[in-house]
Amino acid sequence: GTDSKPDPLRILRGLQKGFCVGVLPDGVDRNSEAFSSNSVAMEGILSDLRSHIKKVLVGGGEEAVKRNTSRNKLLPRERIDRLLDPGSSFLELSQLAGHELYEEPLPSGGIITGIGPIHGHLCMFMANDPTVKGGTYYPITIKKHLRAQEIAARCRLPCIYLVDSGGAFLPKQAEVFPDKENFGRVFYNESVMSSDGIPQVAIVLGSCTAGGAYIPAMADESVMVKGNGTIFLAGPPLVKAATGEEVSAEDLGGASVHCNVSGVSDYFAQDELHGLAIGRNIVKNLHMAAKRETKGTFGSEKLEYKEPLYDINELRSIAPVDHKQQFDVRSIIARIVDGSEFDEFKKQYGTTLVTGFARIYGQMVGIIGNNGILFNESALKGAHFIELCSQRKIPLVFLQNITGFMVGSRSEANGIAKSGAKMVMAVSCAKVPKITIITGASFGAGNYAMCGRAYSPDFLFMWPNARIGVMGGAQAAGVLSQIERATKKRQGIKWTEEEEEEFKKKTVDAYEREASPYFSTARLWDDGVIDPSDTRKVLGLCLSAASNRPLEDTRFGVFRM
Amino acid sequence: SGRSSVKPNEQCIEKVLVANRGEIACRIMRTAKRLGIQTVAVYSDADRDSLHVKSADEAVRIGPPPARLSYLSAAAIMEAAARTGAQAIHPGYGFLSESSDFAQLCEDSGLTFIGPPASAIRDMGDKSASKRIMGAAGVPLVPGYHGHEQDIDHMKSEAGKIGYPIIIKPTHGGGGKGMRIVQSEKDFADSFLGAQREAAASFGVNTILLEKYITRPRHIEVQVFGDKHGNVLHLYERDCSVQRRHQKIIEEAPAPNISEKFRASLGQAAVSAARAVGYYNAGTVEFIVDTESDQFYFMEMNTRLQVEHPVTEMIVGQDLVEWQIRVANGEPLPISQAEVPLLGHAFEARIYAENVPKGFLPATGVLNHYRPVAVSSSVRVETGVEQGDTVSMHYDPMIAKLVVSGGNRGEALVKLKDCLSNFQVAGVPTNINFLQKLASHKEFAVGNVETHFIEHHRTDLFADESNPAAAEMAYKAAKHSAALVAACVSAIEHSSWNESNHGKLPSIWHSHPPFRVHHEAKQTIELEWDNECEGTGSNLVSLGVINQPDGSYLIQEGSDSPSLEVRVTRAGGNCDFRVEAAGLSMNVTIAAYLKDGYKHIHIWRGSEHHQFKQKVGIEFSGDEEGVQHRTSSETSSHPPGTVVAPMAGLVVKVLVENEAKVDQGQPVLVMEAMKMEHVVKAPSSGSIQDLKVKAGQQVSDGSALFRIKEPQIEEQNKLIDVAPA
Repeated sequence: GTDSKPDPLRILRGLQKGFCVGVLPDGVDRNSEAFSSNSVAMEGILSDLRSHIKKVLVGGGEEAVKRNTSRNKLLPRERIDRLLDPGSSFLELSQLAGHELYEEPLPSGGIITGIGPIHGHLCMFMANDPTVKGGTYYPITIKKHLRAQEIAARCRLPCIYLVDSGGAFLPKQAEVFPDKENFGRVFYNESVMSSDGIPQVAIVLGSCTAGGAYIPAMADESVMVKGNGTIFLAGPPLVKAATGEEVSAEDLGGASVHCNVSGVSDYFAQDELHGLAIGRNIVKNLHMAAKRETKGTFGSEKLEYKEPLYDINELRSIAPVDHKQQFDVRSIIARIVDGSEFDEFKKQYGTTLVTGFARIYGQMVGIIGNNGILFNESALKGAHFIELCSQRKIPLVFLQNITGFMVGSRSEANGIAKSGAKMVMAVSCAKVPKITIITGASFGAGNYAMCGRAYSPDFLFMWPNARIGVMGGAQAAGVLSQIERATKKRQGIKWTEEEEEEFKKKTVDAYEREASPYFSTARLWDDGVIDPSDTRKVLGLCLSAASNRPLEDTRFGVFRM
Repeated sequence: SGRSSVKPNEQCIEKVLVANRGEIACRIMRTAKRLGIQTVAVYSDADRDSLHVKSADEAVRIGPPPARLSYLSAAAIMEAAARTGAQAIHPGYGFLSESSDFAQLCEDSGLTFIGPPASAIRDMGDKSASKRIMGAAGVPLVPGYHGHEQDIDHMKSEAGKIGYPIIIKPTHGGGGKGMRIVQSEKDFADSFLGAQREAAASFGVNTILLEKYITRPRHIEVQVFGDKHGNVLHLYERDCSVQRRHQKIIEEAPAPNISEKFRASLGQAAVSAARAVGYYNAGTVEFIVDTESDQFYFMEMNTRLQVEHPVTEMIVGQDLVEWQIRVANGEPLPISQAEVPLLGHAFEARIYAENVPKGFLPATGVLNHYRPVAVSSSVRVETGVEQGDTVSMHYDPMIAKLVVSGGNRGEALVKLKDCLSNFQVAGVPTNINFLQKLASHKEFAVGNVETHFIEHHRTDLFADESNPAAAEMAYKAAKHSAALVAACVSAIEHSSWNESNHGKLPSIWHSHPPFRVHHEAKQTIELEWDNECEGTGSNLVSLGVINQPDGSYLIQEGSDSPSLEVRVTRAGGNCDFRVEAAGLSMNVTIAAYLKDGYKHIHIWRGSEHHQFKQKVGIEFSGDEEGVQHRTSSETSSHPPGTVVAPMAGLVVKVLVENEAKVDQGQPVLVMEAMKMEHVVKAPSSGSIQDLKVKAGQQVSDGSALFRIKEPQIEEQNKLIDVAPA
């Protein structure tokens, strides 16, 4: 628990042989121009974010919600709330998936996913939203479902499928059906996880048609709710067309058929609340304790913790809106780690990368944060620190705010590519839990070295002020216009200055749009956009989920020396 | 003088057997222990784990639950005394306390019976004989018939001579059992026969007496005490006028609004009465006071320690049980009449497990939450139960006696009201709320008490649907309570889960408030107000509970009404909270238990006590087929017109047969519970169907008895009208 109660002896216990080591200073100038302008800017950004969130929280709109309620059905988040332990937290993922992705709105991508405890076991929840296009699977719905399964598989979280879906969204069948990471992968994952001892539980709260029928059928245990839950490979209209048989949905694939006759489902529920209660009981009986890895997990023993010394809400004012603005990443670290205690490693060397050890809610972490562009030394220091953490099985937290590696002849001559490669190799191979928070810029190879999406961090979240791209819009425009001019010159076409400006502006605009965290999160390049002041909590929850992973030894590849 | 020193050869009691149960057994043992006297309890199987057994140095099982096989079994009790070497028996009240045979048996076996001589019990036990003796001693008597001739026609003509209304009473017994008021000649026969039957069942003797019925009477009784040296004194009077079903519920001492002269003559008459039968030890002489003529008449003498003796103890500063033991030891009374002090005023409220709106029917059940008020020099709680105990159908359903005293009546009354509002019982319905209303009534405040007080002030004391303003106010208060309950329940759920789960998961998963990404965790809590006063439309309150970032709860009822911000902090005990709602902070207590497929939740705040129930999900029922959340309408899923048993009890008589035509209000069968008869009447005219019970059959609360098939209209489950028989 917390130590919010005053402890008059704490200072004596904290003093180690006369040195007070590792407590970070406040590091924030509240009277600075940047502080106040960042606050104002962040306020606007957050209010934008909240208005987007507000829209997706109500699901598929008033009409659809009313229809849902009239069938005695709860909304997906309410269903999850009923399954969760009373008063427990829930780490929802990718709330803004599908944001402005299709012509029609697809709130939260039509599926709610996230992590929370049932009977003290962390579970992955995947809940179709029947109020959004009847819970059908758009491409992004599948991507979000698969991402949740990926996390579950890595962190060995029992999967709870709250099924209420009409199956694939037929108009987009080409994007949802045939490919490797398409609908079929859901059932593949279910099978593989089950074989791996990760429980798969389905609660059928609505229709489960065609491919959807396999979600409960593949599950280890499944529950069906009388009246609302149906499972069939083909619905009544298709049956009539195919065989001429006229049959009601309930008689064709209702709970009684499947619980009494077919055996497709295992538990018969009178209504939703009953079904959800059975779901809780199933988890109670999973006996997860027996599945603990003998080698242990990344979890920390010590779970007592101190709150940081400084106000976490100030992260909203520290977060740079203008990425050219410099700030000390230690002011972020000071607000997210226990007691603001950070034992820094190699402090005087490669100073544009900050590395060190800390605890978050008692969980040990190694933190890597950017304090400027990456130089040779910083990259080498990063690789060194990652090796340390891998060796010691300490989860890594990346605080990413990077415009890239240093360029230029001197840098190239010093072998920046070699140093960068070392860090990328270290990041790629490290078999410890990795969590990335993009607090500002995420550009170029910096994204790679700092554990971008491609490096499979266990979790990746963005602050709403963040920007992501291969390079900045202005740089890209500069590069592209140079190439364009050269091309035109070869072809003998005259390129006026206005035309060039127009070209540049278009490029900048496109980059700007695509660098937006909304553009990213809509496409699931991350696991969500978070309020900076939630960073400590989100990190704590992610670490706890990720430290469920069984211990693994890291083997690095060939480092170019 | 009567206060000479103890003779050296006198035997002193060193070990006493208390031939009783419940609060009185506990109370007697308390004094015995203070005096260094060892205690022996006796118990029936129903009382194996009860407080009086735990309180005793030794305890002896004396038989199965029915009183006649245990607490009324003189042989078993004598054997227990012999086994444990007790030298004396204290009979308490009820059971064998007024059995002259038992007193005689003790005497014959060489045991000290802590009470009056057997002869006095015999003389006073027979109501007809006692009145003859009293008449001879010059004690005023109510006009009546106390003859041996018990023929119904003769009795009827005697009743005519006295003049209606008259009251019919069994000559033996007391406590209102078997008593009936007859307003006119046509009702005489029914009442007479019923009284005979009940008397036979309760006391084994079915002789009956008749008396003039005084329409506006007060019940005032005088505590007397005598020793074996011929000294008799009185310890002032108690007013026990406020009664329901002829049983006292609030008593006080001294009686309000009487003159010193009246008090003195009452006391004098009582002492004369006691002397007339050679009385010693504790006794009570009951008088009926006609408030219209200011006459008082002797009613009866109770030859035992009374239930309400603590109010007297409070105003005279004496321990009457100690006096009883001293007198039994042969000591003289410790003080003289002139030395009896009169210290302020005292009240006793009897807290019963009973169903007030259902005509004060006795209730049974488990005391899931039981927290009496803290005791002090001016507050006494006499109780024989603890949290978790069961109030069974075998014995008197009294849970506790709350006794308070003050410098004067007003002071004592303030304390009484405060204590009542803090006296917490959940699990069985009680009369606490009703006692609060009684104590708060303006006529009670000025001491205008009389035995029909409750009837006369019915409209004030029972919530009335015809008073929409009051109903609205009650509903509003209940809704506010519901909001506080919702907040506290959320806090409890959260912390209890956290505690039970300690160490399994990092505490961040159970941090308060629960974390959500970009929104606040919300839950809906549905509470159904269990209105003790019944029938004020839909009492279902659906509340949204939002966990605010600062840890407080925002309670919303619907979308249009304003929300309430509630802050909850734990205050000491498990069920105690300090809640702050809209700037007002106060202590509340919450108690919850499962019963009949519902979770019942109680809240006490200030002088308010509300009770809610919640449908229970499957996780608690574990019953696959009992299929799940039954709604309240389903729980009474009998066919229309079905009449259900108003309480658990024994069917003593079935008056009609299946298919018989009955008129509305016609008695159909007679039930007995807690030694009281209840006539179950036809709720409407029609024919009797499905009469499922026979005389001698035990039925449980709410089970179907029969059904009335009405010629035309069929109403669903009419609440049956139960009249005290």
